[in-house]
Amino acid sequence: MENSNKTTRREFIKVVTLSGGGLFLASFVPLQNIFSNTGDDPKIFAPSVYLKIDSNGVVTIIFHRSELGQGVKTALPMLIAEELEVDWEKIVIEQSDADPKYGNQSTGGSTSIRLNWEPLRIAGATARVMLVTAAASRWNVSPENCLAESGFVINKLNNEKFSYGDLVEDASKLPVPKDVKLKDPKDFKLIGKRIHRVDTPDKIHGIAKFGIDIVVPGIYYAAVSRCPSIGGKVKTFNSTKTKSLPGVIEVVQISNGVAVIADSTWHAFNGRDALIIDWDYGPNANVNNEDIRNELIKNTRKEGFEWEGRGNVNKEIAKGEKVIEAIYEVPFITHAPLEPMNCVAKVENGKAELWVGSQTPQDARSSVARTLGLNEDNVTVHITLMGGGFGRRLVNDFAVEAAEISKASAKPIKLTWTREEDMKFGLYRPPSMHVLKGSVTEDGRPLKFSHHVIAPSIIQMRFYRELPPKDYDIKEGTVDLQYNIPNMSITGTTIATHVPISWLRSVYHTQNPFAVESFIDEMAFAANKDPYEFRRDMLPDNSRLKNVLNVAAEKSGWGKSLPKGKGMGIAISECYESFCAEVAEVTVENNRIKVDRFVVVIDCGIVVNPDLMESQMQGAIAFGLSAVLKGEITIKNGGVEQSNFDDYQILTYNEMPVVDVHYIQNNYKVGGVGEVGIAACAPALCNAIFAATGKRVRRLPVRLNSI
Amino acid sequence: MPKYTITVNKKKYSVEVDAGTPLLWVLRDNLGLTGTKYGCGEALCGCCTVHVDGKAERSCVINVEDIGESSITTIEGLAENPDHPIFKTWIDLEVSQCGYCQPGQIMTLAAMLEQNATRKEIDDAMDSILCRCGTYHRIRKAVDKLSEEK
Repeated sequence: MENSNKTTRREFIKVVTLSGGGLFLASFVPLQNIFSNTGDDPKIFAPSVYLKIDSNGVVTIIFHRSELGQGVKTALPMLIAEELEVDWEKIVIEQSDADPKYGNQSTGGSTSIRLNWEPLRIAGATARVMLVTAAASRWNVSPENCLAESGFVINKLNNEKFSYGDLVEDASKLPVPKDVKLKDPKDFKLIGKRIHRVDTPDKIHGIAKFGIDIVVPGIYYAAVSRCPSIGGKVKTFNSTKTKSLPGVIEVVQISNGVAVIADSTWHAFNGRDALIIDWDYGPNANVNNEDIRNELIKNTRKEGFEWEGRGNVNKEIAKGEKVIEAIYEVPFITHAPLEPMNCVAKVENGKAELWVGSQTPQDARSSVARTLGLNEDNVTVHITLMGGGFGRRLVNDFAVEAAEISKASAKPIKLTWTREEDMKFGLYRPPSMHVLKGSVTEDGRPLKFSHHVIAPSIIQMRFYRELPPKDYDIKEGTVDLQYNIPNMSITGTTIATHVPISWLRSVYHTQNPFAVESFIDEMAFAANKDPYEFRRDMLPDNSRLKNVLNVAAEKSGWGKSLPKGKGMGIAISECYESFCAEVAEVTVENNRIKVDRFVVVIDCGIVVNPDLMESQMQGAIAFGLSAVLKGEITIKNGGVEQSNFDDYQILTYNEMPVVDVHYIQNNYKVGGVGEVGIAACAPALCNAIFAATGKRVRRLPVRLNSI
Repeated sequence: MPKYTITVNKKKYSVEVDAGTPLLWVLRDNLGLTGTKYGCGEALCGCCTVHVDGKAERSCVINVEDIGESSITTIEGLAENPDHPIFKTWIDLEVSQCGYCQPGQIMTLAAMLEQNATRKEIDDAMDSILCRCGTYHRIRKAVDKLSEEK
């Protein structure tokens, strides 16, 4: 029996612009007032889709985003528990399915906390107010005389109390109040605390189920063969040998290639490897890395679209004015999360059920519905834990493949990609080139600065067919305008590529700050100024950016004398509503780079959980250094050359520097955390390399032998 | 398909798989012991590390037919004692992020500590287990703490 009481609909639709990028709709879900009771089951009070309390007092918080290591499965429930006034240790956290009733479920753009900061606290506070109201009316006192604490409502006049469980029946009959008052940050009990992650024990005991660990009754295992040249297709295929191999059950063709279904993952891999496929290599079969690079180079000589600017960078060169120019460049890189792509799909009787580690489960649902020609109501998507994502799991190509295989074979299957497929058929951070010109006056003041960004456009690849004339995404991370330089120009050019580019942790912040903050260092050098002081003097007083810069200089011991071969570099970034400064300390010997230490200073407003924030900053340095020191994907004959962690290396344990994280304590609105630490990492490191060696790194990954 | 009897976490299992099947897939698909993870298939990442007679080995490159009488321990076996100092330290220091590589990290370290390896041997062993989230900073802190206690 389900008894839906009077529902007050309050729907906030917020349009949030993600760092100059795609529009994400964040709708706060209409609060419901559900009271259900089936037989002897406990009665349940569910005043919003994000939480329910049963008559035994069990509080269940629904986690509606994706957990891929960033810790939001802990941080988001903290927001509800804070306002609900319940003991953290007693709450139950339940992963939701994909469902529009939760509003935006896309875990990307460092938005989980930013977009849920208010809605989830309102959800917690609303439930608390209703429970207090129910208790007050039982006692016949004013709600002001009641206090909610640790899952109880206490009558302040006589210290009587009711547990939340005692009150669910009464509370669920009440109208949902509007405009509940949220806590003053000074009264926070959970927010700001180093609460342990809720999922650590299961993960380290090997019990936690990632997508790749899911099985369903009657499951088979699938592997796919795809055309090595991106954009190619199957002409014909011969599966005679495959079908003769142990464990192979069936071979089916799908949009992306040929799938083998077997009784185990290993048998599916072996069967896939034995397929003989005649490929139509398609329109990109002759495209090599140099062709893409040449397209970038060609555009460095052209004018870009004017985005922003001030003054006149083309003003005649004054007496004593020192002019410098440089071109910076970054290659394709890829996410390479340690859990390769996978998905369990069961398509039968016009319905599809999926278990998938997706950062965009609602998109997985609609993409599968569209591909299979089903109504979305007939597609269920269960969200699993993810072994890393870094943006790779924002695109659901692997879930669509799994659904196609299950439909074609009429079997529940688990599709597992190999590491080689992850490297070769993944998604890639676009390459870019940056033309920078600047000048300083005779006495070392900055005068002119221009930056022309040339890069493929992710939003064009993902959302449009035509190149958008002005893709604001490719400008993100150009902090240039914060600097008080009288003459500035920022221009951009988007180019086409056949390589499937996509969002990678901090997106264009992986490249623009590298170019800009390295070049600002070059300008400081030309001006004969200290790189820290040069930046400081260009930033507005009392700005949050200037503050993190100053704190980073102080905490790192900036300016201390260092032995030969050692150097320090500094860089700043502003992204995802947060501000960050980083100082790198390196030792370079015979062109071998040892990163000794990173000092990271972040101002992300109110910090929900400092331990989670710090681990994100530490991880961002590892992720950033992997890209700067090692990351490069290259294209040959239309396909990706790299295939595993031997030719696409990432940072290792012994290469990891010490990372000291400091944060600014204030009550500004919460900013993003997950991606913020990446932006300043590359320039801080390369500026440190310059300080140590005099070698200016302008092309990534760093190859000191060729400078 | 041939039949193999293997000992995993002190239990004997009989499996019927293709000769040449890596232990990793026997553990995961046949025995349902999914705590041992697949990351690369070529002994490059270390996610799939298990103990073979107490020694840390990559299960993605061990053929099922080569196991014979060896005793295999997986993360589930190590976790039969949740009070193991590694687990306690891992929770205290909140080492994990996504958690996917952590069984491999823990199994490697557990074997090294058990063998009374030197600090350099431990660091070299840990250097071969990849973590994409970048938990290395905290893994080192955990190694500091555990090797000090030892």
